[in-house]
Amino acid sequence: MLRKRIIPSLLLERGRLVKTERFRKPKYVGDPINAVKIFNEKEVDELFLLDIGASREGKKPDFKLLEQIATEAFMPVCYGGGVRSPDDVQTLLKLGIEKVAINTAALRRISFLGELRDRFGAQCVVGVVDVKKRLLGGNAVHSQAGVDVPQKDPVRWAQRLVEAGAGEILLQSVDRDGTLLGLDSDLLRTFDGLLDVPLVAAGGASGVEDMRAAFRACRLSGIAVGARFVYQGPHRAVLISYLSAAELASLH
Amino acid sequence: MIAIIDYGLGNLGSVANMLKKIGARAVVTSTPEEIRGAAGLILPGVGHFDEGMRRLRERSLREILTERVVEAKTPVLGICLGIQLLARGSEEGNEPGLGWIGADVKRFSFPAAERLSVPHMGWNEVDIVDEGLFRGVPSTPARFYFVHSYHVVCDDPGSVAAWSTYGSRFTAAIHAGHIYGAQFHPEKSHKFGMAVLKNFAAVAGHAA
Repeated sequence: MLRKRIIPSLLLERGRLVKTERFRKPKYVGDPINAVKIFNEKEVDELFLLDIGASREGKKPDFKLLEQIATEAFMPVCYGGGVRSPDDVQTLLKLGIEKVAINTAALRRISFLGELRDRFGAQCVVGVVDVKKRLLGGNAVHSQAGVDVPQKDPVRWAQRLVEAGAGEILLQSVDRDGTLLGLDSDLLRTFDGLLDVPLVAAGGASGVEDMRAAFRACRLSGIAVGARFVYQGPHRAVLISYLSAAELASLH
Repeated sequence: MIAIIDYGLGNLGSVANMLKKIGARAVVTSTPEEIRGAAGLILPGVGHFDEGMRRLRERSLREILTERVVEAKTPVLGICLGIQLLARGSEEGNEPGLGWIGADVKRFSFPAAERLSVPHMGWNEVDIVDEGLFRGVPSTPARFYFVHSYHVVCDDPGSVAAWSTYGSRFTAAIHAGHIYGAQFHPEKSHKFGMAVLKNFAAVAGHAA
C-alpha cells in the first residue's frame, strides 16, 4: 500500500534554519545541515526545503549549502526559493535534489511550469499554493512576495498549475503556519478529489490526531510539517523530532 | 569502479552520493573509456522515455552500452526511467528501447471509480521474490520511494525480482542474469535502498 507521506518542511533564510508564524517573524532554530542529518537518521519520508530569503531578496538558490544538504539526505528532497530558470533546476538535480517547488515564478508567468515539465518531467515540478482567509469569509490565493495573483480561487489556481505542468501541489495555509492549531480541514475539503496529481497540505500540523482529521477531510498524498518537528513543549524549545513508527503506522 | 551513465537526464548527484556513502567507487560519466573500464553500470534517469533514448543516441552511448552489457555481460542496474529503457519500448513514446529484456512499458490505468493519482509518488511496500538485489534489506516491511507514471511488464514473470501494488500489482524490480532494474529510487530510500545499492556494488565487484 502506498503510504501517506509525512514531510518535515524546513525554512531557510541566509543559510540559517528558521521557523515562521503565519509566514512572519522568522525565528532562528538552528543549523540546516545538522537538522537534515537528524532527519536522515530518523528516516523521514521526504524533506521540503524552502528558502524564504532567496525568494524575498530576489537571490539565486544557495547551491553550496544545498549541495552539502543533499549529500546528507538519503530521502527525496524538494527545494523551493528563488528558482527562476530551467538551468537553476538542472543545477539542483545535479546536486541530488529531485523536485523544485515553484510559487512566485508561476504567479508571474505560469508557462514556466510547462518549460520545466518538458525538460525534467512533471514529477519534478511542485506547484505551491499559499492560501489566506479573506476578511469577509472564504479563502484566497496569497502571494507573500507581493506579486499580483492571476486567479484568487485556490482550487482553480491549483488546477491551472497542474494544467500548466505541475506534477504535485503543495497547499499551504498562511493562517495556520507555525500555530500548531491543526490543519485547516475546511480548506482541505474544498480540494478533495479535484486534482489529478498528488496533493500535500501544510500549515498547523500538531500531531497524529489532526493529521488524521486532515486525511479524512481530503485525499492527501502527504502532510508537510514545520513547527511540530522543530519545537517541543509549550515554550517552543528547539528540538528536532519526527513521528514514531507507531504514530506513522496509525495514520494508515 | 561503477559507471553512473550521464546522458543529461536525472538525479545523478543522488546516486553518486549514496554510492560514496556505502564506500563504492563510482564515477559519473559519458565517455567510452570510462564506461569500458567499469565493472558495473548504473543507468539512472527521470523524465520522458523518448527523451532518454534520444539522448543516449545523440551521445553515442547506445552502442557502447550495448557492447558492454550484451557482449561483455557487464552487470547493469537501471533505475526509474533507467529500468524502462531496458525494455523494447514504452506507451509513453515511439522510440525503441534498448531491448535488453523482454518487456514493454505501460502506463498506470485504473478503473474510473478508483481515482488514483498518477504519478505513483511516495513510499510503497514491495514483495520480494528474488533475493539478488534485496539481500539484507530490512523487512520491517521493505519499502521504497517511487515516482513514476509508467511501469515495466515482463514477458517472463520469472524476471520480476519484486512486486508492488498501486491499484493493481506492478513490477517494482527485475533481475535477469546480469541485468537488474529498480522502478523505485534506491538512492532516495534510506537503509532499504542502501542495501540494494550495496548488493549491486557487490555484484559489480565480483564481476571485476
